[in-house]
Amino acid sequence: MRALRLAELLLLLLFALLALFPLIDSTFYTQLITKVMIMAIFAMSLDLLVGYTGLVSFGHAAYFGLSGYVLALVAPQYEAVSLWWSLPAAMLVCALFALITGILVLRTKGIYFIMVTLAFAQMVFFVFHDTKFGGGSDGIYIYAKPTLVIAGFQVLNLEKLNQLFYLVLIIMAAVYLLLRRILGSTFGRALLGIKENEHRMRALGFPTFGYKLSSYVLSGALGGLAGYLAAVQYGFVNPEILSWHQSGAVLMMVIMGGMGTLYGPVVGAFAFVLLQEVLSDQGFLGPVAKHWQLAMGIFVILVALYLPQGLAGLLRRRKAEASDGSSDA
Amino acid sequence: MSFAFFLIQLLNGMQYGLLLFLVASGLTLIFGIMGIINLAHGSFYMVGAYLAWSLAGMTGSLTAAILIGIPLTVVLGMFLEWLLMRRLYGRDHLYQVLLTYGLILVFEEMRSILWGDDVYGVKVPDLLNHSIALTENLSYPVYRLGISAVCLLLAAGLYFLIKHTRLGMMIRAGASNREMAQSLGINIKLVYTLVFALGVALAAFAGMINAPVSSVYPGMGAQVLIICFVIVVIGGIGSVKGAMAASIMIGMADTFGQILVPEVAGMIVYLLMAVVLVWRPEGLFGRI
Repeated sequence: MRALRLAELLLLLLFALLALFPLIDSTFYTQLITKVMIMAIFAMSLDLLVGYTGLVSFGHAAYFGLSGYVLALVAPQYEAVSLWWSLPAAMLVCALFALITGILVLRTKGIYFIMVTLAFAQMVFFVFHDTKFGGGSDGIYIYAKPTLVIAGFQVLNLEKLNQLFYLVLIIMAAVYLLLRRILGSTFGRALLGIKENEHRMRALGFPTFGYKLSSYVLSGALGGLAGYLAAVQYGFVNPEILSWHQSGAVLMMVIMGGMGTLYGPVVGAFAFVLLQEVLSDQGFLGPVAKHWQLAMGIFVILVALYLPQGLAGLLRRRKAEASDGSSDA
Repeated sequence: MSFAFFLIQLLNGMQYGLLLFLVASGLTLIFGIMGIINLAHGSFYMVGAYLAWSLAGMTGSLTAAILIGIPLTVVLGMFLEWLLMRRLYGRDHLYQVLLTYGLILVFEEMRSILWGDDVYGVKVPDLLNHSIALTENLSYPVYRLGISAVCLLLAAGLYFLIKHTRLGMMIRAGASNREMAQSLGINIKLVYTLVFALGVALAAFAGMINAPVSSVYPGMGAQVLIICFVIVVIGGIGSVKGAMAASIMIGMADTFGQILVPEVAGMIVYLLMAVVLVWRPEGLFGRI
């Protein structure tokens, strides 16, 4: 139990550091960290599936992109749309899509599951890529960011970098706490049980299909939340956000960070995006930076070989020594 | 649609499918026998194409390039198996995914360093640089027929290797029970190394012979990789027969899709996979 508290302490420290971050007053870094936090939300939503339900989805970008497109399509061309209803609408569309496809994809297992989730994501990709209804391969611009108005008073102005930063930070913390809460409940325990041994859970009388479907839908809706925020930040959507590269990248963040820990994927998102940023920085590394993918690739390979529990495992191993073999669940 | 036009599309679909088979058969063998999900398999296709381009530039002949290139890719495959894949046997698939994803990045960047980021064309060998006239204004290039023929020969060879040779017997034994095969004195480590190298060489060879048709460009491995995973899954993991059936299916569906329903051509392949998997969750020839 002491170990868990150490992790929580570190998380609080991270939160405090992030809360103070905009004080450095740099447009570039504030935008960068906002982007990282959005990816962290996205990665946490996938961890619910991969790390806690044992369902490895290779099509998570579908939700990320779908919800961005919902925002772009419901927003009037030059006016701001209200965050009040456009965010729930986007998440609802994702949840519905997850519900319909979930009923089909959950019939399969293992590698087949990986591939069918990929298949559905690719279909969504081609719907937006090959038809004109979402702007085709050029995508759509979102000229005005959504607003949050309460009783005629504008509470949030997302055109301001810092306000978007804090909104994303608060949502990230909220998603973490929500998932922690859910995973600590009977529902969450049942999911872990399904991950370990589905037959036994079914024999114990758990309707496992319903549990898996609920997890799938929740994960899709939260993935949509991240996608919505990303669309708000970038101010445009195009089919790239739906591509399998996106699904692959978020899966890498989850595995690299350490799946089934919730904070691991956050660490993974930070490591993945920031490393990419540092390694490709020409001012910092000179002409070598042009070939940043080489260093990134070697780093990923080393993590796969030597950190069996991802980057979060570094923390966990030290914890295990400190707390002398107490369980870390 | 005139008959000649239909025939051309049929041949195109066949050739595309057979080419995909070369890549997918290696992928399904590595998957089925060694239990490794190899995301880097598309990179071997790309390496083959670039090797063909640079070696053909040096020697002046694609045939010579292929003859020199194949041994190089076999060595590359054995080296990678020895250095990396060996450490992944029996580990969670996700770490294989992570490691081979890292390999993709490494290969893409090595390609950029060694060969640059431009698009290159490769000349069709003179011997096959003809077309057969079908009607007054429609003709079919002999080189594409040649690709189909070579792929069919290789498929037959692969079938013979697995079903009728001693090595094939060891491969099948290793696939069904690794420990038992090992305790019967089969050097399973060597078998795995050979299977991996075979898969690498097949993918690279596909890239080499297709280089004159598709040209050579950065990122060419990624698209082939995803399509080949689709094939492996439709056919059933580990089944070479399934990979063959699924390759032809995908080749045809993609070729005719682009002509008959161009608006949704991109998603046809994935739609097909979803339908097959919902109907048969273990693929067409799956054993599980």
